[in-house]
Amino acid sequence: MQRIGVFICHCGTNIAGTVDVKAVAEALGHEAGVVFSTEYQYMCSESGQQLMRKAIREHKLTGVVVCSCSPRMHEATFRKAASLEGINPYMVEIANIREHVSWIHKDMKEATEKAIILGRAAIAKVHLNQPLQAGESPVTKRALVIGGGIAGIQTALDIAEAGFEVDIVEKSPTIGGKMAQLDKTFPTLDCAACILTPKMVDAGQNEKIKIFAYSEVEAVKGYVGNFNVSIRRKARYVDETKCTGCGLCTEKCPQKKVPNEFNMGMNNRHAIYIPFAQAVPKVATIDADYCMMLKTGKCGICSKVCGAGAIDYKQQDEVIERQYGAIVAATGFNPIDAKAYNEYGYATCPDVVTSLELERLMNAAGPTNGTLLRPSDNEHPHTVVFVQCVGSRCTETDERGKPYCSKICCMYTAKHAMLIREKYPDTDVYVFYIDVRTPGKNFDEFYRRAVEQYGVHYIKGMVGKVTQNGKQLRVQASDLLAGEQLHIDADLVVLATAIEPDKTARSIATMLTASMDTNDFFTEAHPKLRPVESPTAGIFLSGVCQGPKDIPETVSQASACAAKVIGVLAKDKLTCNPCVAQSDEMLCNGCSSCEKVCPYGAISYSDKEFRGPNRTTLIRRVASVNPAVCQGCGACTVACPSGAMDLKGFSNKQIMAEVDAICQ
Amino acid sequence: MSHSNNATEQVLRSSGVDVRKCMRCGKCTATCPAFDEMEYHPHQFVYMVEKGEIEKLAASPSIYKCLSCFACVDRCPRGVEPAKVVEAVRLAVIRQQGQNHMKSDDIPALLDEDMPQQLLVSAMRKYSK
Repeated sequence: MQRIGVFICHCGTNIAGTVDVKAVAEALGHEAGVVFSTEYQYMCSESGQQLMRKAIREHKLTGVVVCSCSPRMHEATFRKAASLEGINPYMVEIANIREHVSWIHKDMKEATEKAIILGRAAIAKVHLNQPLQAGESPVTKRALVIGGGIAGIQTALDIAEAGFEVDIVEKSPTIGGKMAQLDKTFPTLDCAACILTPKMVDAGQNEKIKIFAYSEVEAVKGYVGNFNVSIRRKARYVDETKCTGCGLCTEKCPQKKVPNEFNMGMNNRHAIYIPFAQAVPKVATIDADYCMMLKTGKCGICSKVCGAGAIDYKQQDEVIERQYGAIVAATGFNPIDAKAYNEYGYATCPDVVTSLELERLMNAAGPTNGTLLRPSDNEHPHTVVFVQCVGSRCTETDERGKPYCSKICCMYTAKHAMLIREKYPDTDVYVFYIDVRTPGKNFDEFYRRAVEQYGVHYIKGMVGKVTQNGKQLRVQASDLLAGEQLHIDADLVVLATAIEPDKTARSIATMLTASMDTNDFFTEAHPKLRPVESPTAGIFLSGVCQGPKDIPETVSQASACAAKVIGVLAKDKLTCNPCVAQSDEMLCNGCSSCEKVCPYGAISYSDKEFRGPNRTTLIRRVASVNPAVCQGCGACTVACPSGAMDLKGFSNKQIMAEVDAICQ
Repeated sequence: MSHSNNATEQVLRSSGVDVRKCMRCGKCTATCPAFDEMEYHPHQFVYMVEKGEIEKLAASPSIYKCLSCFACVDRCPRGVEPAKVVEAVRLAVIRQQGQNHMKSDDIPALLDEDMPQQLLVSAMRKYSK
């Protein structure tokens, strides 16, 4: 028989305002096995914990029930206090009478009654609790960063700075991501390449960082501290170790009609290419979809001109296996496809462009060498109309758009408008907006500068439609403050398209068993208090894959993420959660139901010898659980038809005892 | 939308107001004690001057309904001074017409005990060239 102590917390008036705490302590004091019951203003305070420890000593308690806030808050506090008095921490149970009672009920009588019932359930559970011992598992002291944009680069640099090895896996031929495509960055207008490329070079030269560019993660096995990852290194048809990045092949290649993705398809590149001058690694890649040699076997010019002998038409994809202690998702974003927005004429009018396309049109390394020329006839535009919120802030059920604010568009549009007015003061610039959202250091000042100093016309209202009208675009829009419909003849229309997580993020999340929200952004372990960790242990989040962010925020979050990764890698052993599943081999019928439902791959089957009747031996196929991989979700215990699977600390018997106590 | 014409330039010059500073929060109009009498409200004055729509403002009785109390000027978080814009439009009209809307002979009939003298001074300023 357990000797149980019950402690009711007032939580100031959070609980005591709605629950009669004295009545709860009195009622629970009469429960079987309860030898001590009391209430206190703040159980989590130092004096509250002392009160509990004193009671454990004086009343020789073997189990503790604390009726307080959610176990997510203070379970660890009370377990630690109990273990200081020699009680196994898993003999402590929390009845959540704050979030589950006082905060959601108004009637004191009913709330008190419910608090007593929840307390009774916790007592019933403690009667069946067993002391549990947490195991340990070793840690591979290397991290994997998936995605080589500014988020991935910053996280990798910070982890390397702390002395740990990091691998970056990037699916395109170079690291750099979206930031490499930008012209200037708000609110200081530094050139994006000037501040990004030093970091790319750092990452490329750091001996702790290994970059697997043009590679993709193919499979992830294992658990925190011990991940085993398969990485597919796609064939570049160029030997990375030999290529010097001289670029001669990219000039001589006769196949010149490949849409250049780095310039958003607004000009062409060759079939063998280096995405941009500052690419890291600076290695040529053959685009197998366009290379004549690979398609027809006729050409081979790049091989002839390559002084380093780096071209290898026979190169194959290679799959390598690497071990990691922690994995960072930094998979980034893409703008949504504006083609769905017929009313803005993106698909039909060449002079309707997206903001990312405009970045390339204004960039010195872009298709127009930095001169703003409209795509249709390479003329300088004299009237430019910006449309904000294209696909952002739609309803949940909208088929074309996203429900969230993409966050970066207000600022980059202010930047674009300002830069155009500065370079071409003869250009009229209009910005149609729903709201201008500029929370951020020096952000609103930046936007006001666009209006006040640069004379950008900000108009509260939206553009209804854009149609081709001769050489110009007819923009029909609303001016809500004037209550008018406007018609503007524009030369260029720029759409601030919503951003969405990269399409590969979903499959990567599945491999990592990391959860996502309905918009395919990775979810955090806690939206406020654990923002850079995934709920899956050992998986961390960096950059826009977790939610829309600008560059300063991305870099801050990337560094925060690195700190969390370093926290894992710095440990020699990790303490495992002892509340894991275990299989009763005598009851297991080998049906594999548990193996199928386990999201973590923690269950395996093997043949085992058992003693049969009349001194015979039986070979039976039975399940076993790897306790280091199991996250204690309990899916297997529900799926098991023979009741062989049980979750330690949450056994079927314990849960039934709680239900019985509630239904008493 | 036309952004520069002579009338607009004159209003901008004589008022000394930078209408681009307006962030369209509407606090001027929220403050205006003459709101019910005004066809165009203070924020509309600022916006319409920015857009060069002086003629509409000039033709509106609103320019004579403004009390010149300067509450809008006092409350504006960005220092735009809407009342100065209203006054500038009014002055532009009066100067053009070259006529007084209020003569000194009119004053005795308007006097009563409760009328503050400052109001009359203000009215003379407002309705005379």
